[in-house]
Amino acid sequence: MRPPAQTVFLERQTYRRRRLIDLIKILPLIGLVLWLVPLLWPTEGAEQVSSANATIYIFAIWFVLIVAKALSVNAFNAGGSQKDDELKGDERGQS
Amino acid sequence: MNVGSLNALIAVCLIYVIFLFGVAFAAERAAMRGKGGLLKLPLVYTLSLSVYCTAWTFYGAVGYAARSGLEYLTIYIGPSLVLFGWWWGLRKMVRIGRSQRITSIADMISSRYGKSNILAVGVTVLAVIGTTPYIALQLQSVTTSFAVFSGAPESPGTLTATALWVAAGLAVFTILFGTRNLDANERHYGVVMAIAVEAIVKLFALLAVGVFVVWGIADGPSDILNRIDNSKIANWEIQGGRWAGLIFLSAAAILCLPRMFQVMVVENENEDHLRTASWAFPAYLMIMSLFVVPIAVVGLDLLPAGANPDLFVLTLPLATGNEGLAMLSFLGGFSSATSMVIVAAIALSTMVSNHIVMPIWLSTSDGNGATISGDVRGVVLMSRRISIVVVLLLGYIYYRVSGGGTALASIGLISFTAVAQFLPVLVGGIFWRGATRLGAIAGLTVGFVLWAYCLFLPSFGPDVVLSSNLLEYGLFGFSWLRPQALFGITGLDPLIHTVFWSISLNTLAFFLVSLLSFPEPLERLQGAQFVNIFEHSSRTPTWSGGVAKSEELMVMAQRILGAREAQVLFAREAERQGLSGVLPEPNAAFLQVLERELSGSVGAATAHAMVSQIVGGASVSVQDLMAVANETAQIMEYSSQLEVKSDELERTARQLRRANEKLLQVSEQKDDFLSQVSHELRTPMTSVRAFSEILRDSEKLSEEDKRRYSGIIYNEAVRLTRLLDDLLDLNVLENGRVSLHTQEAVLKEVLDHAIETALSGSEAKLKVERSKSALILIETDLDRLGQVFINVIRNAQKYCEAESPKLSIVITEDVEQVLVDFIDNGTGIPHEAQEMIFDKFARMNPQKAGGAGLGLAICREIMQRLGGDIAYLPGQGGTAFRVTVPHRMRMAAQ
Repeated sequence: MRPPAQTVFLERQTYRRRRLIDLIKILPLIGLVLWLVPLLWPTEGAEQVSSANATIYIFAIWFVLIVAKALSVNAFNAGGSQKDDELKGDERGQS
Repeated sequence: MNVGSLNALIAVCLIYVIFLFGVAFAAERAAMRGKGGLLKLPLVYTLSLSVYCTAWTFYGAVGYAARSGLEYLTIYIGPSLVLFGWWWGLRKMVRIGRSQRITSIADMISSRYGKSNILAVGVTVLAVIGTTPYIALQLQSVTTSFAVFSGAPESPGTLTATALWVAAGLAVFTILFGTRNLDANERHYGVVMAIAVEAIVKLFALLAVGVFVVWGIADGPSDILNRIDNSKIANWEIQGGRWAGLIFLSAAAILCLPRMFQVMVVENENEDHLRTASWAFPAYLMIMSLFVVPIAVVGLDLLPAGANPDLFVLTLPLATGNEGLAMLSFLGGFSSATSMVIVAAIALSTMVSNHIVMPIWLSTSDGNGATISGDVRGVVLMSRRISIVVVLLLGYIYYRVSGGGTALASIGLISFTAVAQFLPVLVGGIFWRGATRLGAIAGLTVGFVLWAYCLFLPSFGPDVVLSSNLLEYGLFGFSWLRPQALFGITGLDPLIHTVFWSISLNTLAFFLVSLLSFPEPLERLQGAQFVNIFEHSSRTPTWSGGVAKSEELMVMAQRILGAREAQVLFAREAERQGLSGVLPEPNAAFLQVLERELSGSVGAATAHAMVSQIVGGASVSVQDLMAVANETAQIMEYSSQLEVKSDELERTARQLRRANEKLLQVSEQKDDFLSQVSHELRTPMTSVRAFSEILRDSEKLSEEDKRRYSGIIYNEAVRLTRLLDDLLDLNVLENGRVSLHTQEAVLKEVLDHAIETALSGSEAKLKVERSKSALILIETDLDRLGQVFINVIRNAQKYCEAESPKLSIVITEDVEQVLVDFIDNGTGIPHEAQEMIFDKFARMNPQKAGGAGLGLAICREIMQRLGGDIAYLPGQGGTAFRVTVPHRMRMAAQ
């Protein structure tokens, strides 16, 4: 049961919404990469990263991610009504 | 501290617990009245997720930070990432949970793999084993904090007594609010509200201590940063493996922990709440971990070297003389511990009662238990209550056995590693249709054996469960089977070692066995539903009840809930909709209420299927599909019936068409007949008129002429009369109004009489020959049969053109009928005229015959009336007719 072929070009609003979903999807990956940066830090020797700086780094990522996430989710919620089709279409694209 | 402060502490605890009871009770009442407005806030959902932050977070995180620096952050980074990435996985899990009415993580996994009960039992047992240390941890933290706060000597006797009291109190609270009512959606509004309140309490408490430490003891953030630089955790010394491994572990845990699954999926009121939680819960976690390092650093600074860092949150305010803050801190820790234990106990008891107790009970009660609704509900509730007590008792026993000595963090991580074993099976089940039940069983088995062997059993210390010999030299002396150095890889952190080997071998076993095995039909069905959930379900499984009939729903509800309860429910809903009468509109809200009500008695899946059968479902479960399959069979049967009917209709139409053609033909014949009759009548009438005119107008007619003309008139009148007689006769015969006088006679006699009558008064000589076998008895209307014979013989007499006309009559007899053949030696009738001669007014040569041409038509009518026939018999040398006479006239001929 193949879904009917989807239109290739979407109207502006739908296009924006798709890109918003892309942002929502990519944020955790950005977070993961940034939070795995400490793997590169030396754990011994003179060039060790100080815990104070590490704390600031980690919490800064956290804070930025939360804000970005909150903004994007709010934007997503505001776009309301047509989300069902969006989600479905998007799922197909994924699988 | 003294006994007085201990009493004060107990009093505060009791007041706090009573307050929680009040909150839970109010929430439950509001939800019952359908007003749970607060519960519908995404904030409450987010706060309820904070059950992730247990006493381990509240006390343990500081201890963790004091020992290992920033490593504690991994425990909160993992869940934050999972929530940030809600779009990837959680969204799907929650959707599946809602549309499949999942009640626990065991239910989720067993549903996915063909509702396998073995799997459900396995997951339940493993979840209990994995959660028990965690519950023990909570008991331990409450108990120690109690001891520290009250300043009582930490004698093991008082500690265990306190632990027992705490366990018992928590059991009572959980039973009161976790099993107050049986609702198959497994939503516990009261509990959710209570843990949301506890979430605020613990956040507030930790923030208060943090603020006190940063601005009260230290001189603000910059001072704290300085202190960090000067502390023993000044530098980043975390192994990369631990950092990444623990982030993975905590991310897996938030998906797999039974209590997290309970609040995240089962108690989810609205999928949209997840979106808010996707940033709000990480924010909560961030704030919770914000002051951990400052508290740890300041604690390390201020408190004596031997002080337990796990209790800094409590001991710092106490040491600086802030008893009020210490009390708040104690309540925060108490909240963390109690909310975790309550939710975990509810989740585990649901699993134990649904997957272990109920199957056993149903199989032992001869299978008739399920039909008595009240009975089942009682049993379920009782089994849940007992399960709660058992779960807490297990936690207490673990606490006693382990001696409460191990650092909080390591116990928590042991639990995390246990439940993380669900991850491959869970994720594989949601995203991979090829995952099978056998694969899941294999993966889980491998994972848990490794977890127990490498982490859990050694955690009790050498020579408690595993001998130190085994720890050092491996199982059966194989060094590559050493629990903490599998395959000879030494030097790894034991936890990371276990996580790595158990998860990877778990996944490998799951994958390989799935590849090699073939799923059962139900597995494939469920697999397709889970993996393609977004294509199968609407956003939320609401009913579109436009077509539902309230009356049918009423009938069904009465059967399940009992007549009285169903009527009350319906009337209440009708009233809420503002309708008078007892039947509410079957709108989505009502149907959801009804379904929830029903599922308490017959289970969620069944209730759902029942409502959907009447309403026409919006989301499909396996039961639905089964029902659909049933309906499909019915539809197929119906369509085959339709096909039969349409065949029948076509046949009828064909018959009607034929009948119509016949009618048209008959109508034409009638027209022909009328014109023929008029023509036949006109000829004699013309002569009658002409001669009567002559008689009237000519006065000089001789007597002879007069007599001659009168004779003509008379003859024509006779001819007219005969014609009319014949017509009447034919009419009577055709309309079937003739009455037949059935008599019995010998055929020979009838024939003799007919010959005699036919030949009398005629000058022409016709020689009649008869075959001898004429002694046949027939039963029919003899006069009519005679009439036919006479007609046929007279025809031969009239039309036979032979020099010496001769008629031979041959009689043959078979079982059913007698055949009488009249064969003359004339010229016969040409082929094309053979059928026509039986038509009305058909005459071969009108000059010669005096008749109206109705004779043979009448004969055929008569013979058909008598159940026989008359037909031209070709190929006999002359004109030949065969009269078929049945032995016994059938009654049907009448």
